[in-house]
Amino acid sequence: MSTAPAPAAVPIFDAARIRKDFPILGQQVHGQPLVYLDNAATAQKPKAVLDCIAKVYTEDYANVHRGVHTLSQRATELFEGAREKVQRHLNARHSHEIVFTRGTTEAINLVAQSYGRPRFKAGDEILITAMEHHSNIVPWQMLCEQTGAVLKVVPIDRTGALVLDQFEALLSNRTRLLAVTHMSNALGTINPVEKLIEQAHRRGVPVLVDGAQAIPHMAVDVQALDCDFYAFSGHKLYGPAGIGILYGKEELLNKMPPYQGGGDMIRRVTFEKTEYNTLPYKFEAGTPSIVDAIALGAAIDYVNGIGIETIAGHEHRLLAYATEQALRIPGLELLGQAADKGAILSFTLHRIHPHDIGTILDHLGIAIRAGHHCAMPVMDFFGVPATARASFGLYNTFEEVDALIAGIHKVIEVFG
Amino acid sequence: MLDQIRDLYQEVVFDHNRNPRNFRVMEDANRTIEGFNPLCGDRITLYVKIDGDGVIRDVSFQGSGCAISTASASLMTEIVRDMHESEAHALFETFHRIATGKDDAVNLEELGKLAVLAGVRAYPARVKCATLAWHSLEAAIENKEATVTTE
Repeated sequence: MSTAPAPAAVPIFDAARIRKDFPILGQQVHGQPLVYLDNAATAQKPKAVLDCIAKVYTEDYANVHRGVHTLSQRATELFEGAREKVQRHLNARHSHEIVFTRGTTEAINLVAQSYGRPRFKAGDEILITAMEHHSNIVPWQMLCEQTGAVLKVVPIDRTGALVLDQFEALLSNRTRLLAVTHMSNALGTINPVEKLIEQAHRRGVPVLVDGAQAIPHMAVDVQALDCDFYAFSGHKLYGPAGIGILYGKEELLNKMPPYQGGGDMIRRVTFEKTEYNTLPYKFEAGTPSIVDAIALGAAIDYVNGIGIETIAGHEHRLLAYATEQALRIPGLELLGQAADKGAILSFTLHRIHPHDIGTILDHLGIAIRAGHHCAMPVMDFFGVPATARASFGLYNTFEEVDALIAGIHKVIEVFG
Repeated sequence: MLDQIRDLYQEVVFDHNRNPRNFRVMEDANRTIEGFNPLCGDRITLYVKIDGDGVIRDVSFQGSGCAISTASASLMTEIVRDMHESEAHALFETFHRIATGKDDAVNLEELGKLAVLAGVRAYPARVKCATLAWHSLEAAIENKEATVTTE
């Protein structure tokens, strides 16, 4: 923290050039330049992604896997090409281990219903953590209701880090699955997933990693992690909303029944029996979000064109700078100060509700999130109803951090 | 641009936020309602005493929320005391119409003291904050048991 560079001393990353790639960032809000700091909720889209969407709909659009005509073949090639881009991005062994879903939430529900539901029995345990967002809590609660399995929760400490001793203690002979976030959306905490996976595997427990927050900020190698499932959304990775990914190990996916029935997941249908398609189509019922999948591929290309390590470095410097500035503000309390942390600044101000902070900052053109971030148990743990959250992306600048800090001072001034 | 924000955060709002009126548990309430805004986590417990003639004899509240929701609850407890429940209902209808921008011919005088909250109409995201306590009061008048939400 103490080595946070001054704004002028950061030549590494040409944010001004990057920002030109994002048309939406050029606008003003309430007469002020837009400062978009709600990237953990969703990220803005580069022109490369927007152009890709327009191009495919304008030139190459048709349904996939069905047509013998040229456009259908073109669309299919682009669609499957995007799947291969995701495969390479995650370093999955096979492209058929990549399943297109609507997003992280659907990917997790798929695993709960298709992997868990046929297998889990009364008394089985599903292990999650106290920092999960609702998408990695509720599908498991639903599964528990359906199967009689029990949800166990690994606690966090005051810094927002997992209590690893408790993790070991809770991992039992009855544990059937560990579902853990790679990075917390409310606190920024990055979990030591590699270690957790290793420990779980020693007991034969498969692991699902919720990568919704991690994927835009760090390199993810599913083979190195050896996770059994990895879920993420396109929209947080500068891609379109409505498309997401479930990575699953081939062996596990093969054993799982289809999640939904309908076109593309079948090989042969008679009224007596349906023969299911092979991976990954078994899990892709109905017409997929074709163009969004293709544009997710474009987003991955865009991110890799800059380099995920370069992005991570820039965001870490932004976070360090923002943290140092924020901690100097009287009455500001920072939630989530784990040693390993992504670019999220979640805070409260003494006697000023986060919603009021959000409204006043909005008037200064600064978009942050105020609320419980769909992680109400995290809020309960810290005893707050909500927090204000500034979350950074690759196009954010040190000047924007300065604007945020000045904005917070303004909020305090307005509230007297 | 902060002049605009003053339309929303008038001094009266700050005053009621800092020192909410009737912020207490009412032991002899005959209606107790839990109000909850799942979107932001605002919570209110509203205590109401309504007599046999339908007159609101006492209102108090506890809970946590933003300045807008706290001030709105606080103001409401002052305004509706000794009102007939039908009058309180009518006032809320007017307030709701104005707050949601559905009333083009805005007549703030109809709102009385509540007019200080009319600024929320420029902030659609905040309308629920301003109306949570009122939705709870409506439920109390209808004598509903379940938790009220603004969803």
